[in-house]
Amino acid sequence: MQKVYTKIETIVGNVVTVRANGVRLGDLALVGDSYATVIKLDKDIVSLQVFAGAQGVGTSETVKFLDRPMMVSFSDHLLGRIFDGAGVPRDKGPALTENMIPIGGPSFNPSKRIVPKNMIRTGIPMIDVFNTLVESQKLPIFSISGEPYNDLLARIALQAEVDVIVLGGMGLKYDDYLAFRDALEKGGAMSHTVMFVHTASDPIVECTLVPDLSLAVAEQFALAGKKVLVLLTDMTNFADAQKEMAITMEQVPSNRGYPGDLYSCLASRYEKAVAIEGAGSITILGVTTMPGDDVTHPVPDNTGYITEGQYYLKNGHIEPFGSLSRLKQNVNGKTRDDHRSLMDAMIRIYAQYKEALEKKSMGFFMTEWDEKLLKYGEMFESRLMDLSVNIPLEAALDLGWEILAECFEPNETGLKTSLIKERWPKKEAVE
Amino acid sequence: MGTVTGYVTGINGNLANVSFDGAVHKNEVAYIIVDDARLKGEVIRINNGVASMQIYEMSNGVKVGDKVEFTGEMMSVELGPGLLTQVFDGLQNPLPELAEKCGFFLQRGVYLDPIPDREWDFTPCVKPGDHVQAGTPFGSVPEGLFKHQIMVPFTLRGDDWTVKSIKEAGSYHVRATICVIENSKGEEKELSMVFSQPVKQAVKCYDERLRPDEPLITKIRCIDAFLPVAKGGTFCVPGPFGAGKTVLQHMEAKNGEADIVIVAACGERAGEVVEILQEFPELEDPKTGRSLMERTIIICNTSSMPVAAREASCYTAVTLAEYFRQMGLDVLLLADSTSRWAQAMREMSGRLEEIPGEEAFPAYLESTIASFYERAGKVRLNDGRVASITIGGTVSPAGGNFDEPVTQATLKVVGAFHGLSRERSDARKYPAIHPMDSWSKYSGVVEMDRVEEARNYLRRGNEVNQMMKVIGEEGTSFEDYIIYQKGELLDAVYLQQNSFDPIDAACSPERQQEEFDVLFDALTQTYDLEEKTDIRAFFNQLRQEFLDWHGFEFKTPGYEEQKEKIKAFFMAKAVI
Repeated sequence: MQKVYTKIETIVGNVVTVRANGVRLGDLALVGDSYATVIKLDKDIVSLQVFAGAQGVGTSETVKFLDRPMMVSFSDHLLGRIFDGAGVPRDKGPALTENMIPIGGPSFNPSKRIVPKNMIRTGIPMIDVFNTLVESQKLPIFSISGEPYNDLLARIALQAEVDVIVLGGMGLKYDDYLAFRDALEKGGAMSHTVMFVHTASDPIVECTLVPDLSLAVAEQFALAGKKVLVLLTDMTNFADAQKEMAITMEQVPSNRGYPGDLYSCLASRYEKAVAIEGAGSITILGVTTMPGDDVTHPVPDNTGYITEGQYYLKNGHIEPFGSLSRLKQNVNGKTRDDHRSLMDAMIRIYAQYKEALEKKSMGFFMTEWDEKLLKYGEMFESRLMDLSVNIPLEAALDLGWEILAECFEPNETGLKTSLIKERWPKKEAVE
Repeated sequence: MGTVTGYVTGINGNLANVSFDGAVHKNEVAYIIVDDARLKGEVIRINNGVASMQIYEMSNGVKVGDKVEFTGEMMSVELGPGLLTQVFDGLQNPLPELAEKCGFFLQRGVYLDPIPDREWDFTPCVKPGDHVQAGTPFGSVPEGLFKHQIMVPFTLRGDDWTVKSIKEAGSYHVRATICVIENSKGEEKELSMVFSQPVKQAVKCYDERLRPDEPLITKIRCIDAFLPVAKGGTFCVPGPFGAGKTVLQHMEAKNGEADIVIVAACGERAGEVVEILQEFPELEDPKTGRSLMERTIIICNTSSMPVAAREASCYTAVTLAEYFRQMGLDVLLLADSTSRWAQAMREMSGRLEEIPGEEAFPAYLESTIASFYERAGKVRLNDGRVASITIGGTVSPAGGNFDEPVTQATLKVVGAFHGLSRERSDARKYPAIHPMDSWSKYSGVVEMDRVEEARNYLRRGNEVNQMMKVIGEEGTSFEDYIIYQKGELLDAVYLQQNSFDPIDAACSPERQQEEFDVLFDALTQTYDLEEKTDIRAFFNQLRQEFLDWHGFEFKTPGYEEQKEKIKAFFMAKAVI
C-alpha cells in the first residue's frame, strides 16, 4: 500500500520536508510528478531532494514514497540509447523498466581485484606511445575550458578497442551533447554506446546522479564479461553541483565552498574502475576542467590524489610533461621491444628542446646542437603531438624513429646501440 | 546485565540518532538492525538521552524505528595467533574470506572472525602459583618466523593475579581455555589464545618508555644518512599527488629493518593495495629468507569503502602494532594517508554540527593526531626486553601546500619530516624527498657533523644555482661553480636512488657508510681545475663512476675495484 502525503512543511533550495513514517534513507519518492530521494530522517520529518528542483512545488503537492532506492534498468536494450540524469529517455525511445538495478552500490572487494595488464589502443600517439591507457585505469583529462576536450573524448570513444562505451555527460552545453551524439552516430559507435546526459539547463540534482547511473550500468556490463569504457565529462560540473547542494543544505564548507566530503564523493565514483578476475573491466576516462588553469583548485587536486595519473590538455595537445599514466609500466614492456627506450629518449630530447627554446627566446647564442633540437621539437609537435594524428602504436613508433633519424646522428640520441642497429631507419633518401 | 536496546530516531548520512533505555557508554559499539543485516556503529555522543552513532557501513535503507542493540563494549580488535599475512578492512574483517563468502562486492553487515579457526601447538611458560599481570606471557605458539607469545589480556586490572591452572604443552584450539587465573578475592578468569582489546586506548603494559636512539634502517640512503628515522620514532611524509609517497612507503615496507610491518592503507587507491598483495608474497625478506608477507599485516580501507571505518582502520593498525610490541618485537607501522583519516573526522564533525576550525577540520584535530603518533615509542617491557613501534604516516596536503592544518598538526608531533617536492619528482629525482626543507631529530648511520658538512655543499650549491639562473654560467666564479657541481654530485649519487634497480634499490648501512666516506672525501677536496668545461667534464665523469659503483654487489671484487678507481680519479686532480 502506498501512502500519499499532501502536507509539505518546508521548501528550501531543492529540498522539501514532509512528515511521514516508515521511510528508509535513500528511498525514492514522487513529489508531484518529479522524482526525489530521501536524504535525511529526523523523527517523522523526512527531507527529500527533488531531482527536478523544487521550483513551483506547492505545500499541498502530493508526495508518494515508492519504497525502493533509485534504480536503473539494465539490459542489452540500453545500447544505442540516450537518457537524462534521472534515467528518463532523452531520445524519444520507450522507457525501460525491466531488470532494475540499484545505483551507487557497494564497493569492490580489494582482494578480488587483479593487476591490470592490457593496454587500450586509442590511435592517439601521445596516449598510446607516451602515456598508455591501461584497461581498468581511472584517468582524468585536466583541461582549461575552451580546449577541445570533448572532441578528444569523442575520438577516443570512436577509436578505443572496447566492447561497450558508457558516456556520462554532466552540465554539457546542448551543442556539445548534439556534437557527441552526431559524432558517435556518424562513427558507427552508437550501437555499443549508452549515454546518460545532463545538460547545463537541466536540474542540478540530476547532474550528481549521472556518474552513479553510468557506473552502475558499466558495472553490470563488466560483470557480464564486457570491456567497458566510461567517459565522464565534466567532473568539475559534478563537483560544483555537489557544492551547490551542500551549501543549500547548510553544510559547513571546507575549501573554496566545496563540501568536506568532496574527496570521498569523487573517490567512490572513480574507484569503480576495476578489472574483474574471469570477467570484464571498467576503465574510466573523465574530464576535469581546471578553473583558471589552476591545478591546486580543489577539484583537480582531489582528483589527482584519486586517479592513476592524468592527461594535461593544453594548447590543443596532450602535454608530454605533467601527463602521466601510472599504470603504463604494466603494459608498455610487452608492446614492442623498443617502446620504452624510444619513449624515454624522445621525451628526454623534447625536454632539451624546451630548454633550447627558452634560450632562444632570451637571445642567447644558439649552437649547432640547439638548432637540431629546434628542428626536432617542431617535427615532434606537428607529426606526433597534434591531436588530429591518428595512427596505430606501431606506426607511431616507426614515425618516432624517422623523426629522430631526420634530426640527429644515432649516437646523439642516447639510445642503446643494439636498438639503433635494429631500428634506425636507413637514410638513402637524405644522402 | 541485560543488553541495552534502542531505536533509531533520525539519520543523516552515516550519523544515526538513537533513543535508548538503560545505560549507554560513549564509544561503545552498537548494531542497527536493518532487515536482516546488522550494521556496526560506534556511539560518539550522548545528548539529552539521545545517542549519536557513526555507522561504519553504508547507511542506505535505515529507517526511523529500526532496532539498535548496544553491546556495552568499546570498539575492539581480536588479538591472537594467525594475524600475520592477513588482509583486513578497517574493522578487522578479513577481506579474502569476505570475498569467498560474499563474492566480488563488499556486502554490508557481514563480520567474520579475524582469527583463523584452527589449532596451534601451545607451549606453556608459567606454572600454577606464578604471579601474572596484564601483558605477562603465559605460553607461546610457533607462527611462521616467530614464537608467537600468548599473553594475559592487556585490560586485566589489579596485580594480585596468580595462575590457577594451565594446560600442558600440546595442540589446542585457538579459542579453547588453556589457562585459568585467580586473584586474592577468589575471582577467576579463563584465558584462551585470543582476547579482545579496545582500539582507542594505548596499551601501557610496560616498565618504562625509552628515548628512541637507534636508527631504523630503511636502506634508503637519503633517509638513513641524511634524514634518519629511529626505532620507536615517528615520521611523516607529506607530498602533492604524483610525488611518489606511496612508492616510498612501499620501499620502506619492503626494506625497513623491523620484525613486523603493518601497512594501513587508509582512504587511498585500491589498486595500490593490490600491488602489495601481488608483490609481497613473491619478495624475499633479506633478513630471514622467507616471504615478506610473513611479517606483514595489511589493513585496507580504500577510498571507496565507508568513510567512518577509515578512522577505525588507523586505530586497528596501531593496536595490532602494540600487540606485537608486547612480544618484544620491533614494529613498523605505515599509514597512507593520515589526511584521509582527518577528512573522515571532518565529515563526522560536520554532521554533528560542531563548530568548525581551520578549513572546517574539527578543533580536536591536533590532539587526535598527536595521541595517535604518541602511541609510537621504544619501551622496556616488564620482563626487561626492549621493543618498539615506529609510525610513519603520509600526508596528502590540498594543493601540495604544507601550510594546511593536517600537515601542520602532524609536524608538531613527529620526529622526522620527509617532505616530498613536485619539483624533484618532475625532474625524476627519486626519492623526491626535499633534502633542504626536510628535517630529522634522530641520529642516523653516519655521524651528524659530517652529514651537516655535506648538506652544506648542497645548500651552497643550490644558492649558486639560483644565482646562475640570473647572471648565467659566464658570470660565475670557478670556486662557486665547483661548489655548485659538488652539490649536484651529492644529490645525484647519494640522495637519489633507483628503486627499480635490483642492487641500488636496497643499500645496506655498511655500504651507505662506505659510500659516504668516499663521497665525503671527494667533496672536501680542493681541485686544480681551471676551465668550466673541464670542471663540468670532471664532475660528469666522477658522477658516472659513482653511478657505476652503485651497480656492483657490495664487497665483490668489482665493487672494491670501482671504489679504488673513483678514489684515484678524483685524487689525480686534487690539490694536496
